[in-house]
Amino acid sequence: MLRGLWKLTWIEIKIFLREPLGAFGSIFFPVLVFVVVGRWLGGGLKPGANAAAGFVRVGLPVFASVLISLSAVLSLVTIISIYREGGILKRLRATPLRPQTILTAHVLVKLALTAVTMALLALAGKRYYPVHVDAPLFGFAVALLISTWSILSIGFLIASIVPTARFAQPIGAAILYPMIGLCGLFVPLKSLPPALQAVARAVPLTYAVSLLQGIWKGEAWSAHVGDVAALVAAFAICTALSAKVFRWE
Amino acid sequence: MGVSGASHPVIQVSGIHKTYGATVAVSEVSFEVSEGEIFGLIGPNGAGKTTTMECVEGVRRPDRGAISILGLDPFRDVVQVQNRIGVQLQQAQLQKRIKVWEAVDLWAALYPKAVDGGRLLEQLGLANKRNAWFMTLSGGQKQRLFIALALINDPEVVFLDELTTGLDPQSRRAIWELVRGIRDRGKTVFMTTHLMEEAERLCDRVAIIEHGKIIDLGSPEQLVRRHCPARTVILATDNLLAEERLCAIPSVETVTRLDSRFTVQGRGDDFVTEVIQCLSENRIRVTDFRTVLPNLEDVFLKLTGHSIRD
Repeated sequence: MLRGLWKLTWIEIKIFLREPLGAFGSIFFPVLVFVVVGRWLGGGLKPGANAAAGFVRVGLPVFASVLISLSAVLSLVTIISIYREGGILKRLRATPLRPQTILTAHVLVKLALTAVTMALLALAGKRYYPVHVDAPLFGFAVALLISTWSILSIGFLIASIVPTARFAQPIGAAILYPMIGLCGLFVPLKSLPPALQAVARAVPLTYAVSLLQGIWKGEAWSAHVGDVAALVAAFAICTALSAKVFRWE
Repeated sequence: MGVSGASHPVIQVSGIHKTYGATVAVSEVSFEVSEGEIFGLIGPNGAGKTTTMECVEGVRRPDRGAISILGLDPFRDVVQVQNRIGVQLQQAQLQKRIKVWEAVDLWAALYPKAVDGGRLLEQLGLANKRNAWFMTLSGGQKQRLFIALALINDPEVVFLDELTTGLDPQSRRAIWELVRGIRDRGKTVFMTTHLMEEAERLCDRVAIIEHGKIIDLGSPEQLVRRHCPARTVILATDNLLAEERLCAIPSVETVTRLDSRFTVQGRGDDFVTEVIQCLSENRIRVTDFRTVLPNLEDVFLKLTGHSIRD
């Protein structure tokens, strides 16, 4: 059914790595920022230290992960709109390649890149960064993949409706980045006004952050079934919607 | 099913109609394409060529009308049809940094059966470009790659949409040779073009389409004979009797003279022969002699009242 999926995925990975700044921008840059910020704030990481240290311990890894995930989504939105505008989607459509195959291949590419970036971050963290080395990295990686997969589906939806590649990046950013402010990472949900709380509960990123923070702190998966369910639901809704509105040209 | 033993239709289109909003793109279009021929849909940009072709490919659904390709329904039997046709789309692109061999390899993986990609690239003169990125190819090389992709599944019918638009004359001629080669391997070619010379050199039969309607259909020679029967001979002579003798030929309609240069117009298949016989019998010495034959360009002008480039 998904004939050509692995070949397309592999080719897309190679194409991505051939982009100038492709690998640097989305893999090494976040790691660099992570290391620099970590060194800068790391001095305050003494037992019983201040709020900054608390943020470094849990907030920063989650924040970095969310940023990686969002940049993957933005990059997906951009690529799909460039492919549409350039007639690449149209060309692929005239083959037995199914729409789902093309989209799945791009999701796999983004997930693979996210995984590589996370692995590098974890290594960098171990080497340079005195945080919480006993964080459950594997569980966290799984949580991040689930989160990214779900948020990528919002990317599909945006990619399905943005008119041209030039608008893809700004529109994507305008929709995705405000979610960061509402997701509970910087401001606890409970301290938001009721109206904003309602909005926050409708934003998939909120559940992603809750899941990522919990798993990072070592909480059990059973405590986060609701988060996972919300992320899966968001994925299902966005995928179904984008399948309806997706334009090939 | 067959009209005659030698050629039965592989594509049958009857009465298709397609509108985009208030614009009628294709209106009551009907035609057949026979096995092993190069069939051209010709007309100016926006005449409905691409829409018609995309309907036959199964990419676009007509509002009404019936289409049969290889005895199948392009919308009901999508997979079967896609496996047996090859498609080159107008203004399509590939990923900028995909390598030539990767594109061929990917396409080969999409079909249940595929021909040898390496050999195909060789035949299309792309063997030395197999490691080149798509974005570095010239216009002609890109089109040859698209032809390779259209042929990868050894299709029975090949669709070529404005294949040589934007190419220089030399690349264009090279591509024409390739298209003849496709037909010579027994495949049916359905192409569109707004270049009358291309249609005349390449197509066995053409349909002229304008404003979404097919105006006429036949071989280029048939269309020329049907709509532009007039023939013209231009000759130069100092013989003072020439004008009188030429006017006496039965198939001659008009003779105009400018100094020693005569423009003789007439009609019928024997017209040119009769002019030559007349010159020879009367021992009229000519210093220049050429015939001007009407072509599809003239047919188009006659049928639509304007040039295809307008």
